[in-house]
Amino acid sequence: MDASEAVFNGIKMTGVDFVVSVPCINLKEIFPMIDDDPTMIHIPVTREEEGVGICAGAYMGGRTPAMLMQNSGLGNSINALASLNNLFHIPLLLIMSHRGCEGETICAQYPMGQMTPSLLDTLDIPYVVPTIDTVEDAIHYAWRIAIEKKRPVAVLLEIGFWEAE
Amino acid sequence: MKRFDAIKAIVQKAEDKDSLLICNIGYPSRELHDLKDRSANFYMLGSMGLSSSIGLGVALSVPDRYVIAIDGDGSVLMNMGSLATIAHQQAENYLLVVIDNGAYGSTGDQLTATALGTDLAIVAKGAGIDEVHNTFSEEEFRDKLKNVDRGVIVVHVDAGNSKVPVIHLTPEEIIERFMSECARPSMSS
Repeated sequence: MDASEAVFNGIKMTGVDFVVSVPCINLKEIFPMIDDDPTMIHIPVTREEEGVGICAGAYMGGRTPAMLMQNSGLGNSINALASLNNLFHIPLLLIMSHRGCEGETICAQYPMGQMTPSLLDTLDIPYVVPTIDTVEDAIHYAWRIAIEKKRPVAVLLEIGFWEAE
Repeated sequence: MKRFDAIKAIVQKAEDKDSLLICNIGYPSRELHDLKDRSANFYMLGSMGLSSSIGLGVALSVPDRYVIAIDGDGSVLMNMGSLATIAHQQAENYLLVVIDNGAYGSTGDQLTATALGTDLAIVAKGAGIDEVHNTFSEEEFRDKLKNVDRGVIVVHVDAGNSKVPVIHLTPEEIIERFMSECARPSMSS
């Protein structure tokens, strides 16, 4: 199966009905799929921190929210993830294109890319690193953990994930 | 007019419209809590800058309820992109009120950019929000609140906080009762 379709299917199967996004080239095929799905609201945002706030509001309003983002945006979101989500116990599904890992060609991606797993650990945000064959279940599982633990959970889609198709 | 007076006017509209009310961090939340604690008030406690974003998320998710977000000049300056996102979502059930006192009121009244000439009403217009009102007196503000249900109202007030206690509710209590409010139908006609 196509990697983007697999991610979309995972989101769909999980019941996500509210998506905010900041683009990454690796996510570009997924955005039109979300736009074409009448059960999902898609809100492009200007910065990931803003998306964290919108998703928190959506969760309180009864939605199942996800943020599609690049891992660089994790740095833009840390205060909100800590002092909004962790403080109020608000779940959030972070579907994160992980750049700056093996296979990266842009040097500027490396500093945040290398730090991403340890930043998630520091924030006490659990994460899964799926392959194309496991991503649907991984997204479903990630949201289940987010609901159980009432906190953000990340799905890290490494560069190799997209190259496996 | 001080921020306290502006919040008093907003509370009245929130009560009239059975509104969900999201409030900015620090003294604004404390003043709102002191004026009228309601289960439908979400006191942000942390995440400075995100009141307008949380309000948008609630408004889009609960379209049958009316939603007001209270924000400040310092906070809007911190998350200005939110105005562009709000502009393009066109939520009919969402009003953002920016209380502009030209100062970081919860940290010792350091000047914000609005004290130096930045005009948040023009910024909101420029971001693409079609309904934006800039108000400079209590009378003008109350009049706009009565007649405007969507978009952005900027209200200019003098800096200064009221002597109000801290909020003793826990984050768990705040969110639990707020989510129950989100889940019930509107009582407003």
